[in-house]
Amino acid sequence: MKKRLQNWRLISLFAIMTLFLAGCGNAQLSALNPAGEVAKTQYDLMVLSTLIMVLVIIVVVILFVIVLFRFRHKKGDDSIPKQVEGSHKLEIIWTTIPILLLIILAVPTVMSTFDLADTKAMDVKDKDGKTKDALVVNVRANLYWWEFEYPDLGIVTSQELVVPTDQKVYFNLKSSDVKHSFWVPSVGGKMDTNVDGTNQFYLEFDNEKSNEAENLFHGKCAELCGPSHALMDFKVKTKTKDEFTAWVKDMQGVKEAVPAKGDVAKQGEEIFAESCIGCHAVTPNDSRPEAARLAPNLSNFGDRDKIAGVLDHTDEELGNWLEDPEKYKPGNKMTGTYGELDEEQISALTEYLMNLKVESK
Amino acid sequence: MSTYAKKKGFGATLWDFLTTVDHKKIAILYLITGGLFFVVGGLEAMFIRIQLAVPNNDFVSAGLYNEIITMHGTTMIFLAAMPLVFALMNAVMPLQIGARDVAFPFLNSLGFWLFFFGGTFLNLSWFMGGAPDAGWTSYASLALQSEGHGIDFYVLGLQISGLGTLIGGINFLVTIINMRTPGMTYMRMPLFTWSTFVVSALILFAFPPLTVGLTLMMFDRMFGANFFVTAAGGNTIIWEHLFWIFGHPEVYILILPAFGVFSELFATFSRKRLFGYSSMVFATVLIGFLGFMVWAHHMFTVGLGPIANAIFAVATMAIAVPTGIKIFNWIFTMWGGKVRFTTPMLYAVAFIPSFTMGGVTGIMNAAAPADYQYHDSYFVVAHFHYVIVGGVVLGLLAGITFYWPKMFGTMLNETLGKITFWFFLIGFHLTFFIQHFLGLLGMPRRVFTYQKDLGWETSNMISTVGAFLMAVGVLVMVYNIIITSIKNEKVGNDPWGDGRTLEWAISSPPPFYNFKQLPLVRGLDPYWIEKMEGKTEMTPAEPLGDIHMPNGSFLPVTISFGLFVAAFGALFHMDDKAWSIPVIIIGLLITFGSMLIRSVKDDHGFHIHKEDLMDNTDKGGKS
Repeated sequence: MKKRLQNWRLISLFAIMTLFLAGCGNAQLSALNPAGEVAKTQYDLMVLSTLIMVLVIIVVVILFVIVLFRFRHKKGDDSIPKQVEGSHKLEIIWTTIPILLLIILAVPTVMSTFDLADTKAMDVKDKDGKTKDALVVNVRANLYWWEFEYPDLGIVTSQELVVPTDQKVYFNLKSSDVKHSFWVPSVGGKMDTNVDGTNQFYLEFDNEKSNEAENLFHGKCAELCGPSHALMDFKVKTKTKDEFTAWVKDMQGVKEAVPAKGDVAKQGEEIFAESCIGCHAVTPNDSRPEAARLAPNLSNFGDRDKIAGVLDHTDEELGNWLEDPEKYKPGNKMTGTYGELDEEQISALTEYLMNLKVESK
Repeated sequence: MSTYAKKKGFGATLWDFLTTVDHKKIAILYLITGGLFFVVGGLEAMFIRIQLAVPNNDFVSAGLYNEIITMHGTTMIFLAAMPLVFALMNAVMPLQIGARDVAFPFLNSLGFWLFFFGGTFLNLSWFMGGAPDAGWTSYASLALQSEGHGIDFYVLGLQISGLGTLIGGINFLVTIINMRTPGMTYMRMPLFTWSTFVVSALILFAFPPLTVGLTLMMFDRMFGANFFVTAAGGNTIIWEHLFWIFGHPEVYILILPAFGVFSELFATFSRKRLFGYSSMVFATVLIGFLGFMVWAHHMFTVGLGPIANAIFAVATMAIAVPTGIKIFNWIFTMWGGKVRFTTPMLYAVAFIPSFTMGGVTGIMNAAAPADYQYHDSYFVVAHFHYVIVGGVVLGLLAGITFYWPKMFGTMLNETLGKITFWFFLIGFHLTFFIQHFLGLLGMPRRVFTYQKDLGWETSNMISTVGAFLMAVGVLVMVYNIIITSIKNEKVGNDPWGDGRTLEWAISSPPPFYNFKQLPLVRGLDPYWIEKMEGKTEMTPAEPLGDIHMPNGSFLPVTISFGLFVAAFGALFHMDDKAWSIPVIIIGLLITFGSMLIRSVKDDHGFHIHKEDLMDNTDKGGKS
């Protein structure tokens, strides 16, 4: 009896937890809060499969509980139960019904597998070789940062992906060192960035849902890539079509690095030109080949939400990061490439970097 | 032999185990080694859960964390689950088919020692510059960039222990095909033997791809080959395919023996024959077959294209059908029976809902587009722990408790067993159920830490608490084993009272020759049939005669040890150490020298004479 009770307690506990959790989830991060067509398709498939599976579990649990109650051995009962060989009828039932259930699941699975892989729009090019009607972003994953290049717009940026809402955004995905995986849980499932070639897929960012998420989504690396795998985050900022167009203009307008204002920032600019510019570009129209783009593009660093993907966007954190990146992102490729910086130099750099703003708000 | 072992001193017992070719003693060796590695892997699991209990924790560093998760996975799969499965198969299968030993007793011992030295080699990495850190899947691009020798330990250690597994698999196949006692037709074999049979076939076909993959990686790392170097025309996806062509069947290699154990348990403790025996056999074979058709569902997000993804999605779903058949057959085995809730039966009963959970999330994962969300998130972590812990580990705990008297002649304490069960079961669900949701809330797997305010804190804390409950369960079990061994109260042939198959017809533990006369099998559940006719022992299928037995040998240890030595040479050869080449040569000389001795020295075994067998009727083994 006690055992039975405990079993029930367990089951009801899970049921409550399920309900509790289904309601929450960070709107910027949760796959249970789909904020776009792709995530919605996947979410619907999850719901359908969950329903079917819960049905199966219920049947199993009912039979299971009946067995536990009815067919317990009673003390002193030494009789031998009837030795049943099997039952063809039952066998047929529990073979065919699961097959039917699986067909119900398999049809939408196959359909959406093909739908979500449809990137034909990327192949339609105009005379200049630009993609005609689709927005294409090249995602390049690196130990432990992300580069986002808009090949048709001549913009390179990093760490923060800026996208328009309510239209399909197409991605070319690849990696420049080890395998990573590009994942924005609220907007759609992941796709690996391989070292062997380019993967393609699309995502769509729903305007209303984006507003609910304050136009910001968390992006994650989903494939173990080294010590700082857990810290290889990026952000997605969504904008309406008009806002996006404005952002593109702003970015394209920066032909040269945003000039430093004030003496301290000027000093920072000098240090930057000496120690950092070899890897970090400060103009969005970086025309160097990929292999030469060794570090995140910083042209709009001041507009960003996080430092190095994980630290708060404050002067203090930037100072900490510049002092010892290894402490915050073990195994990163920046450590030890720019010599020692004293406190003054760090605050000068901080001043300079924080003022690298592009957006005209 | 086993009956005389007690009278020997420690040294003699040790020598006995080092040289034994007796399947029952090899089973004990597998059990001890697998059990130790299980504790090591469990400790690693605890470190993982402690690190993730709170956000931004610094209990372990990022690099060390990756070593811990890699070794947790590798140890649990290759060095704990596999040997424990082998322990059960060795201990039980030859008895179930009425054989006196496996087909190749020497190879059986060699298989164990290869596994032992391979596993030891792999774990020595902790003390020799760091463990492997590219995950148990060791994806090539990361593995090739990994510094230090961790990955080399992984490659060489698994290669050596994998050889042992392959040898063991072939041995079991031959044993089951050739050594069944008169009357033991295929369709009378107990389900555990059937699953051993299918699993051995899976091992035969699944381990070679792993061997190939490991060899390619070894060449890449040690000799500068470029199989997985993209810049030089290599391809890293090949590794993923090779690994999963092995890796997916491996899951079935682990779960099918658990299915086998449960099939025995449900029948025994319901006092009923297994419901739908032939469809159970069919389902086992079908699962084994389909297990090879679905590996790419581990690679849905790799970008294989919609056609491959769709095919593998549907193929994966198909596996649910035979698995469902099994679940329902088990339930209906209990239906109408007299179910006794002994400790092993508790595990079996708890297995049904737990494993069903793991099975259905497997189907959810099979829906490829939805898997783009689940893949490499904590949802997948939850899923495979439900399958491996809720299926394999519950099966192993059940099997070990169930067969403990047959292996050691004494019963584990039932009360302590039940305490272990409840702690383990509740801890297990507490740890892993919530992880489904963590995954859906966006938590990727293999992260060494996470930021605050992402909504993951409570769930991770609950998960860690669950892990501690599981650890308590395991500690109680260790205590149980110790006091049981100290008390050592002897039990009879059929201590559970309702044994149905041949192993319960002979003494516990059986004499080293198992059956004095090979038993005659007259149907499914042969011992039960005899019992129902009021007999207490099997009808012999042969007159009492001399029994031919193999001699023990120390050579399996030296063959394996030679490879162990050579592996160190190979590993440090990369550092251009002057002594590496001599070490490789010495190691290989030991191995091949031992093999030469084995080849040229005549070893015909020995005979137990009829007269001696007649003398010791009291030693059991009546049949």
